[in-house]
Amino acid sequence: MFESLSLLALQQYWWIIISLLGSLLVFLMFVQGGQTLLHIGKTEMERTILVNSLGRKWEFTFTTLVTFGGAFFASFPLFYSTSFGGAYWVWMAILFCFIIQAVSYEFRSKPQNFLGKKVYETFLLINGALGTILIGTAVATFFTGSLFSVSDLNSSRWEVASHGLEAALNLHNLSLGLAVFFLARTLGLLYFINNINNRPILDRAYKQLWLNAIPFLFFFLTFLIWLLVRDGFAYDPVTKVVSMEPFKYLHNLLAMPVVTVILLLGVVLVLYGLFMAMFKAATKGIWFTGIGTVLAVFSLFLIAGFNNTAFYPSTFDLQSSLTIENSSSSKYTLIAMSYVSLFVPFVFAYIYYAWKAIDKTKITEEELNNEHHKY
Amino acid sequence: MTEQFDYSLVDWSRAQFALTAMYHWLFVPLTLGLGFIVAFMETIYLKTKNPEWKRITKFWMTLFGINFAIGVATGIILEFEFGTNWSNYSWFVGDIFGAPLAIEGIMAFFLESTFIAVMFFGWNKVSPKFHLVSTWLVAFGANLSALWILVANGWMQFPAGMHFNPETARNEMLNFWEVLFSPVAINKFLHTITSGYVLASVFVVGVSAWFLIKKRNEQFAVKSMIVAGVFGLLSSLFLAFSGDTSARLVAQKQPMKFAAFEGLYNGSHGAPLMAFGVIPGEKDSTSQNYLSDIKIKIEIPNVLSYMAYLDPNAFVPGINDLVDGNKEQGIMSATEKMDRGKLARKALREFKDAKKNGDTILYNQLKAKFAEPAFQENYFKYFGYGFLNDPKDLIPNVPISFYSFHIMVLFGFYFIIMFALVLRFIYKGSLFRKRKFLYLLLFSIPLAYIASQSGWVVAEVGRQPWVIQDYLPTVAAVSQIDASAVQITFWLFFAVFTALLIAEIKIMTKQIKIGPTEGGN
Ligand code: HDD
Ligand code: HEM
Ligand code: HEM
Repeated sequence: MFESLSLLALQQYWWIIISLLGSLLVFLMFVQGGQTLLHIGKTEMERTILVNSLGRKWEFTFTTLVTFGGAFFASFPLFYSTSFGGAYWVWMAILFCFIIQAVSYEFRSKPQNFLGKKVYETFLLINGALGTILIGTAVATFFTGSLFSVSDLNSSRWEVASHGLEAALNLHNLSLGLAVFFLARTLGLLYFINNINNRPILDRAYKQLWLNAIPFLFFFLTFLIWLLVRDGFAYDPVTKVVSMEPFKYLHNLLAMPVVTVILLLGVVLVLYGLFMAMFKAATKGIWFTGIGTVLAVFSLFLIAGFNNTAFYPSTFDLQSSLTIENSSSSKYTLIAMSYVSLFVPFVFAYIYYAWKAIDKTKITEEELNNEHHKY
Repeated sequence: MTEQFDYSLVDWSRAQFALTAMYHWLFVPLTLGLGFIVAFMETIYLKTKNPEWKRITKFWMTLFGINFAIGVATGIILEFEFGTNWSNYSWFVGDIFGAPLAIEGIMAFFLESTFIAVMFFGWNKVSPKFHLVSTWLVAFGANLSALWILVANGWMQFPAGMHFNPETARNEMLNFWEVLFSPVAINKFLHTITSGYVLASVFVVGVSAWFLIKKRNEQFAVKSMIVAGVFGLLSSLFLAFSGDTSARLVAQKQPMKFAAFEGLYNGSHGAPLMAFGVIPGEKDSTSQNYLSDIKIKIEIPNVLSYMAYLDPNAFVPGINDLVDGNKEQGIMSATEKMDRGKLARKALREFKDAKKNGDTILYNQLKAKFAEPAFQENYFKYFGYGFLNDPKDLIPNVPISFYSFHIMVLFGFYFIIMFALVLRFIYKGSLFRKRKFLYLLLFSIPLAYIASQSGWVVAEVGRQPWVIQDYLPTVAAVSQIDASAVQITFWLFFAVFTALLIAEIKIMTKQIKIGPTEGGN
């Protein structure tokens, strides 16, 4: 079945999968966002409710991150070796943010946990704040470029000693980092509103929504408008020579109307979910804003890699820039992996099923008091 | 692949990988085995409807959860470290190696993390059957995780199912099934997961022994011990069997590793097995010390030849044969291999230059040459040797390999006897009175961890200097970053992991002391 596809079609198929995983990851970072909002629980019980509400979901976000990494490795290994080995400090910082998260839920409220509850909650805060900003910043370099070179034997080197930290000094990168941060918080609030049944928490969550949705919209629009007017990294489909093209990303949207539709639909859904929650006190806002987030981020990944665009550009040496064509795995591997990708819908199905089973009842004080496994 | 190697960078990168892998491996084996033990217990609960079994299940499940979280925390680092610290490696083999890693995420990790939520939070929300299925799926998912990463590791030890593409300067997969079903991968998987079962059984037996020593929750302790004792006995028998097969495969595919962990310097027909020995220190590059034989030892004649080739008279090459070559046995010397490797690397360089200079004739000529089976077999096969400068670089650390191997095997046989005795004493009802034996069981828990870590040390230290056997030495695999950067992250990881390990141990011991009563219902 996949054997009949061309190499380019397989590369595109895998870029779509990576984009999908990336956009799901951004949505699932509502867990991270929620972790920065534990202070809306004023009493011990309220905090416990918030932590447990997130604690039943953190594994999904984490596993999606791991799978995103693995899938990127398998399909575009040159990206993996260039970016991870080069932008060392950014990735290491992201990793640290995630190690400390993984134990915090389980250890937080256990007796004799060595570091104390406060420290584990601080870990959750660091993961939520720094993790989201750094991931957003790192992804923005897909559009703004980095300083690296790749030799003709495909071994790469980073050309600045700061090894990735420089990305955080670029304002355009930062605008995406902050947009992701406030988006995660907004989604976190919408998730609490949907998942928890506790009046005081809900009241505060609705209030907080304003404080996060507005900065999110501000940073997101800044990033988006800037993106559409900036020069982009185009390559010639025949000679494969990379060059700068004014308004490249705007051109990509115009050249791929489907992607434009996805982006617009995503933005509309995000706004609709927010509107419902902020003005109508609806509890289902997470679904609209969540699906909208997935669509919008998905379309951003597509304009980064499709339509002859270098998805991981080098500003040090344009010709070292990575494209889906020059950085992918071999045809054989992509085919083999494509068969594996057929499992993905099945994975979605059982996640949905298991989630439904667990979320049947909303989280309340009473429910938690009856719970044996409590964070 | 630059020519200038920064050895301190390589060493720190190795140290960092070893550190994170060894921490990960502190938690993974318990997950692998305890997952099944808990699933057995819950199955018994559903069959008998005896609430005691539910309490037992929940108690061990709590410990499972604590251990699992930290396993996940350490695992994510490893995955990304392939990119951050071994970026040349990630490109050189990513076409083959990346696939199992991705499959692991898609197939195994999601299975595990989804159903773990049901397992922990579903008691009052889903039907007992659905809950039981979830518990089994968690155990199954954990073991499936192990499968894919071990396939990847098996491939590093014995590369199969691929070819080298000079255009992209990397190895590309030709046959997925050859990678998946390589005998090394299969055996590695079986031996490693069973080692997890043994470790978890030793853990459960040891903790239960503590309850008996304290004369608390005796019903609970004996019931747990029966489950773990049976599981442990069967697993440890299979472990010894699969370990033996492992050794045979190593003898065939990685003779240098085999010679190192057996401490065999000079090969011979009817080689003896050294049951005990004192290995001289590091190889010494200025003298011929590495040629020396071992002075203090106890040997059993012919056994090694039989173990390696199922023939008591077979020739087993020693370290010296593999370095200096042995014409009689048709073993090529290291110097020869290095020369051939250098030629293969030179051809690749010429190929790239021809491409750059637009010299199509030379380019096509060289391209054809790379495709020739004779070139592949006689030159390209030694590609990795072209990076080495000294034949002695081929020798891994012999004392470490030798001692860790022997520790592992010794404990392997000890656990068989231990489980057999546990079951026998329970059967005879005399276990309660044997206090010394109970203490022995308790203090055997760390031994399982030592055996398990030693196993990996044998496998990983023994394959040095290779990351990919014969194709890519460690020095050429590393990312080009400052050694000081790796040094900083090494210490950061060390500090964070150690803090988390202390926290984990404290929480575990506290939960054990609280005991099953509170863990129940
Ligand atoms: C509880 C732990 C444990 C115990 C008691 C044993 N093993 Fe083991 N062994 C492992 C845990 C382990 C492991 C951690 O799972 C390793 C590391 C790498 C691997 O594939 O499995 C391993 C590797 C390993 C290797 C190296 C494989 C390679 O380099 O690829 C050999 C030859 C053996 N084992 C042989 C044995 C024998 C003959 C045993 C006798 C009973 C034995 N092991 C007991
Ligand atoms: C050095 C290579 C390894 C890498 C890159 C790696 C990667 C990972 C990652 C990323 C996780 C977290 C997954 C999650 O989000 O749930 C994890 C957990 C896990 N890994 Fe590893 N791993 C390695 C070695 C091993 C080995 C050798 C085994 C088994 C033999 C193993 C078995 C597991 C299991 C069972 C888990 C589940 C969590 C736990 O056990 O505590 N891993 N690993
Ligand atoms: C979880 C169990 C494991 C342990 C305890 C372990 C242990 C070690 C140790 C001690 C080293 C350092 C060897 C040296 O430099 O002398 C090492 C290196 C390494 N291991 Fe493992 N290992 C494990 C699993 C794996 C797996 C499953 C893979 C790959 C799939 C892997 C890949 C590597 C790599 C790439 C290096 C660095 C390069 C090198 O030193 O050769 N390891 N590991």
